[in-house]
Amino acid sequence: MKADIRVALVGNPNTGKSTLFNVLTGLNQKIGNFPGVTVDKKVGYSTLPDGRRAEIIDLPGTYSIYPKSQDESIVFSVLADKANPLSPDLVVVILDASNLKRNLLLYSQVADLKIPIIVALNMMDMAKKADISIDIDLFAKKLGVPVVPISARKVNGIEQLKEAISFANKFALQEDSIDVTTIAPQLVEAIGEEMHIDNPYLALQLAHQHETLKFLTPAESERIEELEHQFSFNSQKAQGMETIARYAFINDLLYDTVTKPVTAHEETISNRIDKILTHKVFGFVIFLGILLFMFQAIFSWSAYPMSLIADGFVWVQDNLHPVLPAGPLANLLIDGVIAGLSGVMVFIPQIAILFAFISILEDTGYMSRVTFMMDKLMRKVGLNGKSVVPLIGGFACAVPSIMATRNIENWKDRMITILVTPLVTCSARLPVYTLLIALVVPNKNVWWLFNMQGLALTGMYVFSLVSAVVVAWVFKFILKGKERGYFIMELPVYRMPRWKNVLFSMYERSKAFVFQAGKVIIAVSVILWVMASYGPGKRFDKIDQHYAQAQYTQHISPDSLSRTIASAKLENSYAGVLGHVIEPVIRPLGFDWKIGIALITSFAAREVFVGTMATIYSVNGSAEKMQSVYEKMHQAKNQQTGQPVFTLAVAFSLMMFYAFAMQCASTVAVVYRETKNWRWPAIQFAYMTVLAYAASFITYHLLR
Amino acid sequence: MRLSQLEVGEKGIVKEFTDLEMSVKLMEMGCLPGEEIKVERVAPLGDPIAINVAGYQLSLRKREAHTIILQ
Repeated sequence: MKADIRVALVGNPNTGKSTLFNVLTGLNQKIGNFPGVTVDKKVGYSTLPDGRRAEIIDLPGTYSIYPKSQDESIVFSVLADKANPLSPDLVVVILDASNLKRNLLLYSQVADLKIPIIVALNMMDMAKKADISIDIDLFAKKLGVPVVPISARKVNGIEQLKEAISFANKFALQEDSIDVTTIAPQLVEAIGEEMHIDNPYLALQLAHQHETLKFLTPAESERIEELEHQFSFNSQKAQGMETIARYAFINDLLYDTVTKPVTAHEETISNRIDKILTHKVFGFVIFLGILLFMFQAIFSWSAYPMSLIADGFVWVQDNLHPVLPAGPLANLLIDGVIAGLSGVMVFIPQIAILFAFISILEDTGYMSRVTFMMDKLMRKVGLNGKSVVPLIGGFACAVPSIMATRNIENWKDRMITILVTPLVTCSARLPVYTLLIALVVPNKNVWWLFNMQGLALTGMYVFSLVSAVVVAWVFKFILKGKERGYFIMELPVYRMPRWKNVLFSMYERSKAFVFQAGKVIIAVSVILWVMASYGPGKRFDKIDQHYAQAQYTQHISPDSLSRTIASAKLENSYAGVLGHVIEPVIRPLGFDWKIGIALITSFAAREVFVGTMATIYSVNGSAEKMQSVYEKMHQAKNQQTGQPVFTLAVAFSLMMFYAFAMQCASTVAVVYRETKNWRWPAIQFAYMTVLAYAASFITYHLLR
Repeated sequence: MRLSQLEVGEKGIVKEFTDLEMSVKLMEMGCLPGEEIKVERVAPLGDPIAINVAGYQLSLRKREAHTIILQ
């Protein structure tokens, strides 16, 4: 889509930037990636009062132009690099009117880059409530830029903001905030001269950030490094000087334009809520209660839409079979691609519900309190308060949770969180556990109250959390951190969740999941389908000939004959052959070649287990028909001993394997995407496989 | 006097920092010399703490609070 003007939204976190973005663009937005990095890029379109189209870019929220994370570094590289395809014509800086001082730091930095700028003064209603009055005309005059008071939540002042955007100047007219050249005069001059930069603040920022900026050539970056040595430039000291100067400017500005009540009035509502929610005892009780409610919701609310989706795909498959000309292509499409797609789509309800909860918890400000309460505990095991969010999210799905580790600034904390998140019992393990538990654990109550199957399942969940914590603790000693860990975090004021944002987040995350994870899952399921449908040499022809003999065709019903044939073909397919090949390796765990096939196919995604079991034990119909899979597996006997295959030992050994093994192609892909290095998914895959094997082995031999 | 020594409800004014790296991060968040700080609460397990500074609430670990010298 062509746009007449490109506008970037910049602001602190918790200032209502996303709300303003949603209000400006409506559903007319899309999420992509910034080129070269995995930071979500949100772009939308808005029609201005004069009929022109404005392209709006929502840049990640940040407190300053000095980045503390990958997300934040985007802000400077988009604003500073004129050659960047996203380089904006205009910046709208959103300031929280009830918290102007800290918000103005970022404004003054962005303003000094000399890009045309408009200030959107958000949360005017909140400021009014706190008796803060702002002389907006004087404020605008002192800054030299248009200032539009708005309330994004109440959709006030949006038309005026759009008008201001359409009238925006092509040239930057803002007043200088501080004299940048005094900070490192010679260096700024030298960089400016050599690289033809006439903006002193841009030159200074290049000195600070040249190591991470992608738009500088290695030669340019090296030259800046040399100049820094020549003029003995200390980045941290310079940043400190700059920050102090900026706050001096801000204090002057606020002194003239803002009047606040002299005495702090009675305790704020937010403070009173905090007294309960971060209480020594109630704090944890409430947190636990919220978690329990969340899991209940994720499982129970999603059950109906999930079965609808699964049934829908079965319906499509059933109806495509007669329509399409029979042949390998139709089989690939129906049993490979569509089956694979249904495996992805079926998780949409759970992901949407999980993200609804996460977005509500974040929006209200509760998530930062959880981080605040858990930090000490998490730090003991090598994690960080901020690891709580991905770990909790891991109960639904590791893929979005690993993406959520981005706001952990510390590299080591983030890596450990990424490494252990897939250990947490995700929703894909649920069908595996329920099936296996139903096979071996009696459906009886103990102590009147607790169902034994339920207890076993709860046990697996608790066990997964414990193992994640223990593994994190081990990695704490193995990984070497490059930087010091720190935890300086805003505790935003409690607010009501914005339901529209919740809906947006559900929609966006589900879409991202389907497109990103979907590609991998479909590819792998196609490969698996091929491996399970074709065999080496002429084995399949021989099976067909064998069962074409009269003794079979005349005495066995066609239905059961085709099942027998399918079963024989599977054993002789590439997958079956592979199952036989790995059988010696997995025999010590109590598994036979059929389970071996399920293990191999499960490396695409764990939930494939049920489907594979269904195929192997030749059950017709969809994998959702748990009862029939259950019955077949229940009746399965070892051909040599005549004993049932799925004993208590085998079932629990299998569950242990699923608890630890990295059987999820999407997680491997997302870990690579987030770490940009194959080493991490490889390490993760290796340690999880070793743990899975060991845990299985021990379990099998203890219970046998 | 260090910030880490203040009890809940007590106030102090920032004088200087003992750690350059930490000071840059703290100052960015509005916690700079001359600012008044009030200890708002302590996390249930005793660390981190939450302070009121520049009109909003900021949480930081005790170790970080120890780098802030008060007047």
